[in-house]
Amino acid sequence: MEALRQGFALQFLWGAALTVALAAASILVGTAIGLVMALAKLRGGRALALVAEAYTTVVRGVPDLLVIFLIYFGGTVSLSRLLGQSANLDPFSAGVAALAFVFGAYATEILRGAILGVPRGQVEAARALGLRPAQAFRFVILPQAWRLALPPFGNQSIILTKQTSLVSVIGLEEIMRKAQIGAGFTNEPFTYFAVAALLYLMITMAMTIGLRAAEARAARGLARG
Amino acid sequence: MLDLAVMREALPRLLEGLHLTVLLTLAVLAVGLVLALPLALAHRSPRRWLCLPAEGYILLFRGTPALVQVFLLYYGAGQFAAVRESALWPILREPFWCFVIALGLNSTAYVGQLLSGALRNLPQGVQEAAQALGLSRWQALRTVRLPLVLRQVVPALGNEAILTLKATSLACTITLLELTGMARNVIASTFAPYEVFVVAGAIYLALTLALTRGFAALEARLRIPGA
Repeated sequence: MEALRQGFALQFLWGAALTVALAAASILVGTAIGLVMALAKLRGGRALALVAEAYTTVVRGVPDLLVIFLIYFGGTVSLSRLLGQSANLDPFSAGVAALAFVFGAYATEILRGAILGVPRGQVEAARALGLRPAQAFRFVILPQAWRLALPPFGNQSIILTKQTSLVSVIGLEEIMRKAQIGAGFTNEPFTYFAVAALLYLMITMAMTIGLRAAEARAARGLARG
Repeated sequence: MLDLAVMREALPRLLEGLHLTVLLTLAVLAVGLVLALPLALAHRSPRRWLCLPAEGYILLFRGTPALVQVFLLYYGAGQFAAVRESALWPILREPFWCFVIALGLNSTAYVGQLLSGALRNLPQGVQEAAQALGLSRWQALRTVRLPLVLRQVVPALGNEAILTLKATSLACTITLLELTGMARNVIASTFAPYEVFVVAGAIYLALTLALTRGFAALEARLRIPGA
């Protein structure tokens, strides 16, 4: 029993590493999607703005679990048809694809709001200094929009990290799946799920602390009060 | 492309699952709304023995995934003989009640935090004016501060309702055949994931949009004329 427990401590550590990797990859890809979609909404013209609007409305209106199932089971069927034989999608890639797709919709709204929140005079000043529109966006708008976006972006990242637990349903051995396996092997489901809860709590608390530090850093050089 | 015949065939069974989705959403929201107020009041209390547990409760429930909370209660509770022999066991054995309790407690933390924040942000003058009029603390809370706070949190409550609706999909992980669970079941026999999930997604989307509309209407109704 004791040996089993010790073995599981290591399993949980691997699970936690996978959870963090899954969250980090999803946030990275999702932010890229969000930036493209936010620009589509703001500068893309009517057709692109409409596509982006449909994307954010639909994704934010359906459960994340449904998106995960759709991408995993749908992807498996498509891949099998494509290869002409039964094939399985890798749960990590499917998880990242689904979570990034969902995160992107929230990131779109966050970034759109933040870009709109940068005073118009900033662009005009940048243009007057001779910066090209792309340069003005990259060096003047984006750094300032980032400061505005940081608090909601951080919150959404914490929500996403908790949602990674959903990827356990398609068999990825992150924290939640490890806990299920442990609970199945022993007669102590409560203990294993409590350890999982504790691990998630540690990750989200670390993120909260990191977020506060990042917000303080982004606000440096700004007048207080 | 999508096979319309499969979609039409799947619809009646998905609507069967919709019943449970609506029922779960309403039950969870009811638990959350009822328990959130005492939690918020405890959280705002100057007494540490009230405020600290409330703070811990909110931290625990908001810091861990809802899925863990559901599994802890549904699979975990049976680990203890005391629970298995208690009068509560017939309830805790049922996936429906387990889910309503777990997600209800989760919702309590979010709505409680919301109410607590709104109470904190009320101008100090509100309480002072109520006291100057001779209202007791309780009267001031019931007739002045709460109506102001509730009106203020309506948009955020709408968001919470939508999040709850989406979170009810987790119920399929503990054998409940709500909309998502039913969709998985239908796919097991039709092997048509795109068609079935698209229909299920459309139903969820319709519900979300209805909730958005409903809460916007409620907000307009509750607005103080001229304010």
